[in-house]
Amino acid sequence: MALLQIKNITKNFGDVVALDGVSLDVEAGEVVVLLGPSGCGKSTLLRCVNGLEEINSGEIIFDGNNITASGTDWRLVRQKIGMVFQSYELFPHLNVLENIILSPKKVLKVPAEKAVREAETLLARIGLSDKIKAFPRELSGGQKQRVAIVRSLIMHPRILLLDEITAALDPEMVREVLDVVLKLAKGGQTLLIVTHEMEFAKVVADRVVFLDKGKIVEISTPHEFFNEPKTERAEKFLNIFKFDNANI
Amino acid sequence: MSNTGFEILLNSKTWLRLIEGLWVTLRISLITVLISVVLGLILGIIASRKNLFGRVLCRVHLETVRIVPQLVLLFVAFFGLPRLYNIQISAESVAIMVFAFWASGEMGDLVRGAIISIPPHQTQSGLALGLANRQIFTYIILPQTVRRLIPPAINLITRVVKTTSLVSLIGMVDVFKVGKQIIDFNRFEYPGGAFWIYAVIFFLYFAICYPISKLSRRLEKRWKI
Repeated sequence: MALLQIKNITKNFGDVVALDGVSLDVEAGEVVVLLGPSGCGKSTLLRCVNGLEEINSGEIIFDGNNITASGTDWRLVRQKIGMVFQSYELFPHLNVLENIILSPKKVLKVPAEKAVREAETLLARIGLSDKIKAFPRELSGGQKQRVAIVRSLIMHPRILLLDEITAALDPEMVREVLDVVLKLAKGGQTLLIVTHEMEFAKVVADRVVFLDKGKIVEISTPHEFFNEPKTERAEKFLNIFKFDNANI
Repeated sequence: MSNTGFEILLNSKTWLRLIEGLWVTLRISLITVLISVVLGLILGIIASRKNLFGRVLCRVHLETVRIVPQLVLLFVAFFGLPRLYNIQISAESVAIMVFAFWASGEMGDLVRGAIISIPPHQTQSGLALGLANRQIFTYIILPQTVRRLIPPAINLITRVVKTTSLVSLIGMVDVFKVGKQIIDFNRFEYPGGAFWIYAVIFFLYFAICYPISKLSRRLEKRWKI
């Protein structure tokens, strides 16, 4: 059974239909990339999986449990479903180490020393050991985002949701963040990614899901999707990213 | 040398009395500030919540203390209420209650402003890490609120210190009133004494308020976000 099963969910914001009957399975260890024009519902889908938005109908099954049933303790669910945001959202009054160990200490009740040791290991892995005592204001955007990823990882999430995590970064910093994600993907971490980095999507994705107007238009392998998209809508979308003289 | 009135300051009794008055000013200010900070935090938290009843209550309180001059509040409480309900309260208690009523309203608004200025994503980020709402408030929202609060709160505290000079109008003898008494007492011997006494009072208020604002700047620097 798939780790995450999204079954025919809908989400409305007033009259606006953000998600219109979306169904998607994500297997453990799989990397799924959500693509689509802005406003198509990609980010909303991630937020629904994490319980930050309540869905209007359908259900989401995570690890065999219906997490959209009433009475779900989202706190427990979120310990296993990590999420990283576009705007990093490190806690500005805490230094890097404190940012990372806050949730293991307070949520999982891990002893401080153990949490610190694990934080050190993770920071070393992303090359930020020297920033352990730094405050977020002293870090570059790319460094902040890498710390935010580590902050989620230390909770050992079964699945990690990445919501346009490079969208707020300068181009030269995008790479360092995507390299970290790529490493995670190769290490078997289950990932559900919303991104606008097409080249990255090609490399990292096991499957590409294309959404438009709140509906899944097509699901294919990256090779299929980028070379011979099945739908006209996807083809149009991909053409936006191509520059050639004919269009100018 | 002609009589400038400066000699009034050479009398040790002048200083003793001024210090005595200063202690009254300090005592009222300190108790008022303590009550206002605690009440203000509670009111600010209520005002930043979704609960409509609590929000309206805080709003009415805030608008009242903003619209009505502190002196009027003081007179209503000191001269009006005892008549109406036939109760006797000391001038000092009335002063502290009135100032705390005023300052906690203002403080509450500062707290509310600080809380809602924290991006909602901070809360969501905490939620996504599995933290409970109470934990998010304690470890993420509150510390940032306090940091954002320092400059405006210090400003309010110095205003409280200065506003306590109104108590002389309900018969209390604070540093300001002591000054007036000394001047009146020496009107014939040292007619120019008024300038020096008020100069000293100016300096005494400065001596209280300056360290407070200095402390604020230090905290601001240390807690720079």
